[in-house]
Amino acid sequence: MHIVIIGNGIAGITAARHIRKLSDHRITVISKETDHFFSRTALMYVYMGHLRYEHTKPYEDWFWDKNRIELIRGTVEKIDFDQKTLHLSADSRVVKHQPTLLEKLTKTVFPTIQTPQTLPTELKYDKLIIATGSVPRWADEYPRELAGVQGLYSFQDLELLEKNTQNVQKAVIVGGGLIGVEMAEMLHSRGIHVTMLVREASYWNNVLPHEESALIGQHIRRHGIDLRLSTELRTVKGRARVEAIQTKEGEEIACQLVGVTIGVMPNVQFLQNSPLRINRGVVVNEYLETNLPDVYAVGDCVEHQQPREGRKAIEQIWYTGRMMGETVARTICDTRTAYQPGVFFNSAKFFDIEYQTYGDVPAQCPPDVASVYWQHPTKEVALRINYQKENQAVTGFNAFGLRLRHEVCERWLKQHQTIEYVRQHLPEANFDPEFFERYEAQITATL
Amino acid sequence: MNILSRFGILLFLLGFGLWLYTLTLNEFTLTESVVKTIIKPEHQATLGTKLTPMLNQTYARGWAFTADFDRILNNLNAEYRTAQQWDKVIYDEYSFAISKAAAVGPLKTQPWRWLFLTLGLAALGALIFFLPDLQRLSGISNNGVFQNPATNRGWIGWLVGTFLIGFYIFLYYYPQYLVNWTMLVDPVSKALNGGEASRWFLYGFLYTICVVVMGLRMLLKYRHSRYQQVRTLSVMFFQTAFAFLIPEVLVSLNMPYFDFKNIWPLDYDFFFDYNLNGLIQSGHLGIFMLVWGIVLFVLGVPVMTYFFGKRWYCSWVCGCGGLAETLGDPYRQLSNKSIASWKIERYLIHGVLVFAVVMTAMVLYSYFTGSSQVLFLDSYSVRSAYGFWIGGIFAGVVGTGFYPLMGNRVWCRFGCPLAAYLGYWQRAKSRFRITTNGGQCISCGNCSTYCEMGIDVRAYAQRGQDIVRSSCVGCGICSAVCPRGVLNLENLAEGSRVTVAPEVLRGNEI
Repeated sequence: MHIVIIGNGIAGITAARHIRKLSDHRITVISKETDHFFSRTALMYVYMGHLRYEHTKPYEDWFWDKNRIELIRGTVEKIDFDQKTLHLSADSRVVKHQPTLLEKLTKTVFPTIQTPQTLPTELKYDKLIIATGSVPRWADEYPRELAGVQGLYSFQDLELLEKNTQNVQKAVIVGGGLIGVEMAEMLHSRGIHVTMLVREASYWNNVLPHEESALIGQHIRRHGIDLRLSTELRTVKGRARVEAIQTKEGEEIACQLVGVTIGVMPNVQFLQNSPLRINRGVVVNEYLETNLPDVYAVGDCVEHQQPREGRKAIEQIWYTGRMMGETVARTICDTRTAYQPGVFFNSAKFFDIEYQTYGDVPAQCPPDVASVYWQHPTKEVALRINYQKENQAVTGFNAFGLRLRHEVCERWLKQHQTIEYVRQHLPEANFDPEFFERYEAQITATL
Repeated sequence: MNILSRFGILLFLLGFGLWLYTLTLNEFTLTESVVKTIIKPEHQATLGTKLTPMLNQTYARGWAFTADFDRILNNLNAEYRTAQQWDKVIYDEYSFAISKAAAVGPLKTQPWRWLFLTLGLAALGALIFFLPDLQRLSGISNNGVFQNPATNRGWIGWLVGTFLIGFYIFLYYYPQYLVNWTMLVDPVSKALNGGEASRWFLYGFLYTICVVVMGLRMLLKYRHSRYQQVRTLSVMFFQTAFAFLIPEVLVSLNMPYFDFKNIWPLDYDFFFDYNLNGLIQSGHLGIFMLVWGIVLFVLGVPVMTYFFGKRWYCSWVCGCGGLAETLGDPYRQLSNKSIASWKIERYLIHGVLVFAVVMTAMVLYSYFTGSSQVLFLDSYSVRSAYGFWIGGIFAGVVGTGFYPLMGNRVWCRFGCPLAAYLGYWQRAKSRFRITTNGGQCISCGNCSTYCEMGIDVRAYAQRGQDIVRSSCVGCGICSAVCPRGVLNLENLAEGSRVTVAPEVLRGNEI
């Protein structure tokens, strides 16, 4: 059986790896972005000089030969679902690995997969997995063709940013989500003055409760970012390249770069006008099956027909992409398996503040839920725990500047431990390094 | 770079430049009295006579003087060899002593002033260079590491590497050319042990300065991480007190020179006849030192490693580790993380361990039997081969010289026999591991990149497996640079180490 995966991000590659673990099927992964899988979340560190692109690759280049995962660098232009055939762009090519001298010396060399020297522009599949990820969300106010206006999602976006920020002194970032703050940190690391326009009255307040939102907003400002809340963009000005932007209030801000970070949306444009059912993303059932036989979709590009309780139809998160990859491999190789993400978790880092969340901590606390919040009087450390008013069972954790143990938080949430129990056992959840200041006494006194 | 940093780096370069310049200072004149005091009576008639042409000639440059002396000595020895008069060949290391004794000039008359103008200014400049880091909000500060020619194998890296390699070659094999530098620290040496500075005193002094100055940089850089701060203070303390001051003070009290934290087989000459005899002849303290040294590797290593992992030594106490964690910190990202390099590492480091054990066994056999012939080998040649290739070339020239090119743990990773021995216990029987926090890893690669030991930490973290590796020195930087709080160094019940990756990661309920 030949399984073809479109997209070499975390979802597609996790599917490929797990299919290989479970079976001997032929696997081909196609990407138009890069030859090899890399960690998208690490792109910011390449720009900031913490890493080189090579460091963002989670597997060495010989890994794909060893696991007999064929790689194609190219674009899928059209899919003939009836004939189970992909039409590839003319510039598509097979990705081959030339062993390095060190690899030859140490016999870290694996037989190359027998693939035709010239790649046919048509590729047959028995099963197809669509894992095409996202593209930056865009709006009409941002002129795509104007130099210096860009989003940040792909490897190509990073290359463009490198080019666009040569001799740039001032930048404006529109949108205050996770990519917005990452981009602010990136530009700030190169000494570029950043103004961030955020539509909401407080940073990321559609996800973060008020206190956390204020804490992060303050931290962003402490780093010297000009954070403008309740501010929207009207137009971008400039002839050859961007020269300034104007806000809806009429203020003009001079800048040589505009970062558009108002979110991402499923990358499904090339699938429009095909028998595949597309809404905002590729519509899948709980088995990650599309409306067409032998066609599956995983990751950012997916729209769940019936999302599980408390979950969104489109969830663009590294971890859910990975879980879908693990799940679809089972369905294809083994037994039909429903996508069953467990207790929700996520993480991010806002400049220097690490953020972890477990369970359900909505921005607006529902009436049947109580919320307790502790924040260090001087340091940027905070913890919120939500619990059911009725039975006192904890429902969610938000941690800032302190690390919590995933296993423990998940267990407490699954077992519906009471807030009192959690208060008493809080040290068990601590995951901070040795010698770090412990806050449990303060936290327990407050909560 | 702000003004203070610029000023600091200029001051550092001025001090460093003057330090190189001091090699040209002093005049060198061989007088009758120098020949009388330095050359042994049995060589006065031979070597002493041959030196007559040099007598009372003033050399403006030390290296010209030393080269002339070396040529006379080598010619004399060559004559003996041609005549097959093996017993007359002179093996004494006269060159360093005679060059130092023949020197007259500012370094002899005003060593304190020159010490301040060279190493003093360099250290001060370095500290001023680091100081503006305080203006930054505390947190990980690796911005620009891979865009900087000093830390990305750029021209500065190659320059620094070349200097370090050159320094070690001269220090180990041509110390006679560095006599001027030893004069700078003569007053320090006299204050501590009563004698003039040898090349090893110079080395110890420089080593300690580097660990202290770069340790202060480490304290500033990681001011948000108490683990890093405590650990750095520990290596600074052990280097200053145990490796540098205590042995010198012991010498001044007529006790054997002894570094209480150095452990065989890293301390490869511990069982050499001269060391054993020295200890045995030094009364109760000497016997205590001998027993202490044996107890350390027989009991200390397995017991301490069981409770804390090998980090208790490698990144908290050890001198080589101390230098790597301070002077070497800017280079940690340059270690190779590939499987290929891991394979090479395992052959090399265990090969050195076997070499050290076999060499020591032969030396002990010779010590107890009095016969230098062990099977078909001469134990003295084996031990001098170990000293030259492993103790000198590998540990020094390659181990430190290659910091800016191959990362700061070249010796610890590929060569140190003690690291191999500690690593065996760490893997076989220890409570230590680096825990992976459930499914939170985003495979970004910061942990692997900044692992000085070249461990692909991410490979474990992204499959939810604890990091249990014999090479891990527990520096804790992977945990510090992780942007998602995934890694934590822990000592927990031995059996709770997750050594088999779960089939699917935490969070997925399939």
